[in-house]
Amino acid sequence: MAIEVRIPTILRTYTDGNKVVEGKGATIEELFADLDSRHPGLRERLVDEKGLRKFVNVYLNDEDVRFLGGLETELSDGDTVTVLPAVAGG
Amino acid sequence: MLTIERALVEKIVAHARADHPDEACGIIAGAVGSGRPTRFIPMINAARSPTFYQFDSTEQFQVWRDMDDDDEEPVVLYHSHTATEAYPSRTDIGIATESPVGLNVHYVLVSTRDPDTEEFRSYRIVDGEVTEEEVRVVEAYG
Repeated sequence: MAIEVRIPTILRTYTDGNKVVEGKGATIEELFADLDSRHPGLRERLVDEKGLRKFVNVYLNDEDVRFLGGLETELSDGDTVTVLPAVAGG
Repeated sequence: MLTIERALVEKIVAHARADHPDEACGIIAGAVGSGRPTRFIPMINAARSPTFYQFDSTEQFQVWRDMDDDDEEPVVLYHSHTATEAYPSRTDIGIATESPVGLNVHYVLVSTRDPDTEEFRSYRIVDGEVTEEEVRVVEAYG
């Protein structure tokens, strides 16, 4: 099951500079584990022990997965997952 | 150094004034690698707060997709402080360090604490280190 994953500039050090990589998995969590096997260290930048990191946005197609099922959000062949840095401050 | 057109500075300040007493936020996009801010994109402050700002994640997705389609990137990330000086707060520095918005982004701060005085300053924030930089306002890029 191929999922297209779009990586933000700041994390492309983990993907040899590639903006788009492919992965597989039935859920976001499985997808991140799969990506980490080829791009070691990437998963740790996206999740911590509590789940999705606070300042990372992950989208399934054009929806924020926080409004879907978070890391358990189910994926289908041909989906696109986009990672963006959340933007916030005080 | 940040070189920026006067019209863009005026748009940022006007946005900050309009949203006062809440913080205003947004970006100026420019061609990838150019370092030149050209397209003003005011963003919703999803936090609607006088002390915090946060981009709306759905709006951000659309804006980032449009930039991607046009080979643009965020060159300036701006937000306002409504009661304090135009200097990055500890929260700003923490988030910029944990989650940088891009490479070589200029962090612009505007203060709206005084209705008659304009405070417009720019910084680099790298690995938790804040460095203020000169702002050169031009009528038009040459």
